Amino acid sequence: MNMKPTHNFEKDISNCGLTGFISTSGTLVEGSVIIKSIALMYDRGNGLGGGFAAYGIYPDYPDYFAFHLMYENSMAQQLTEEYLEQFFFIEQQEDIPTRRTPAIVNPPSFKRYFIKPMETPEYKEAIEFQNMTDEDIIVSHVMRINLEIEGAFVVSSGKNMGAFKGVGYPEDIAEFFRLEEYQGHIWTAHNRFPTNTPGWWGGAHPFTLLDWSIVHNGEISSYGINKRYLEMYGYLCTMLTDTEVVTYMLDLLIRKHGLTPELASLALAAPFWDMIDTLPTDERELLTAIRQVYGSGLLNGPFAILFASNEGLIGLNDRVKLRPLVCATKGDFVYMASEEAAIREICPSPDRVWSPRGGEPVIARLQNGAV
Amino acid sequence: MKIDAKGVYYRELNQKIREAVAGGAESIELMNVNGQYFIGDGINRPVTITIHGVPGNDLGAFMNGATIIVKENGQDNIGNTMNAGKVVVHGHAGDVLGYGMRGGRVHILKDVGYRVGIHMKSFDENKPVLIAGGKAGDFFGEYMAGGVLILLGMYTDDPEKPKHGFRFGTGMHGGVIYIRGAVDETKLSREVGIFPVTQEDQQELEGYLKDFCKDFRLDLKEVLSEPFIKVLPKSKRPSK
Repeated sequence: MNMKPTHNFEKDISNCGLTGFISTSGTLVEGSVIIKSIALMYDRGNGLGGGFAAYGIYPDYPDYFAFHLMYENSMAQQLTEEYLEQFFFIEQQEDIPTRRTPAIVNPPSFKRYFIKPMETPEYKEAIEFQNMTDEDIIVSHVMRINLEIEGAFVVSSGKNMGAFKGVGYPEDIAEFFRLEEYQGHIWTAHNRFPTNTPGWWGGAHPFTLLDWSIVHNGEISSYGINKRYLEMYGYLCTMLTDTEVVTYMLDLLIRKHGLTPELASLALAAPFWDMIDTLPTDERELLTAIRQVYGSGLLNGPFAILFASNEGLIGLNDRVKLRPLVCATKGDFVYMASEEAAIREICPSPDRVWSPRGGEPVIARLQNGAV
Repeated sequence: MKIDAKGVYYRELNQKIREAVAGGAESIELMNVNGQYFIGDGINRPVTITIHGVPGNDLGAFMNGATIIVKENGQDNIGNTMNAGKVVVHGHAGDVLGYGMRGGRVHILKDVGYRVGIHMKSFDENKPVLIAGGKAGDFFGEYMAGGVLILLGMYTDDPEKPKHGFRFGTGMHGGVIYIRGAVDETKLSREVGIFPVTQEDQQELEGYLKDFCKDFRLDLKEVLSEPFIKVLPKSKRPSK
């Protein structure tokens, strides 16, 4: 019998890949390490997005907000720089060093600015009478630049950290941004396989705000309700993809509302009601309250995310674990990745390797005074 | 024969393996494997492939008669739609093991992840058996339609962790799950129930465990020192 194949068996494997690590004692690690880890998961992406977040890379400007800006045209740059000069004291500004590589097609231009809010009358009004902090002011400026200046996007805006991302495989993006020249104590990376939103430079991961950065594998089907909820608090979604809401949600829950990262994780990946019902009274009341207050903050759909800040690195799965996440420790290092092999590639014999439960955050904090 | 897999892209590695199999190799040893997908996929000859390192996802998918021995940990989707043969993992393994498995054996020494044994099935003499020596995540035996799943809860890196997760047997409508010791009834899905192990069951079970213990050089007596219970679907209708 002649058995002809009925279809093409050469299937593209569709996933996203993520990886990250932290030295909790603040040891600086070269960019080449994270590149090696994410490059192992080459087949989890398709060349339409790669990116990195790095912490501890700007020790010379620890007190300045490091604004990484992406410009699609020179008018965007001119307008943004006029805007920044109007509201900020600019300690230093420079092109983000890049190198031309054949793999990266038609890149936008990138600049970085180390800045502090200027004491304008507007600033004084906000601080003295509107109860705002410097961070609140930064957030509102980031939103305004992204929304109002066409072709300008704030890629990152935290202190002593930065995001580097674009269209390409992550190792190509790393080469473009000369990432091997940086040293950091927290690194995350992402290999993108965009499924239902465009693959463009601003849509690559990580998504950031202040020093928050998120890399995400999955799909947030609650994007609409999350976005509308965030708009009430002044967060505007301008990046055309779902992951952005996670960044703003964490800023709202942790920085603004003062939730611990543990509680914020329980709001994003809340246990099911039937499981809450089986808990002891205290826990049941707490989780009921969180689900009631943050119903619009719940992330529906499959996800594995890594979120980093100057405080540490956190890994979180959706509550039924529809995306992979593996963690490992070695000495003061904590690793988190989509595949164990991505960890083994840079840490061949970890002390411990495990898969966290769905909805249960893995939290690795930087030790006090480490940086 | 030995193949050094260090830094070799998965397609190239699998091509080398298939060439070796086609050339009549009886046993193949893969050195320095790390993350390469699809090892042993579709191989339909009784060859033994020993893997040093952590193999990537979909290990032994569609495999039809070969034996794979992993000396360290495994990742996700091991034994996906496997027909016959055996996969032995001397460490832990990830999620979605034995997905739609139709025959053969998967032996994991330590812990396994979520959705293990999802939609395993059996027909006539084809009866897949998946044994996990450690603990399991949620949705153990999800949508299971046939075959045998065995959970020992003995060999784990995390003694604090419960033996199995929530939603145990969700959508199960065929096959059988054996658990060493007790099962947490609050975590069983409503379509399954607990049944005693009959003498006939015990005999069959001991056969499977003997093979498992042989692979890992474990003491069968110790494994059998605690009684097993059986979890079965209450109905054969999948969506009742």
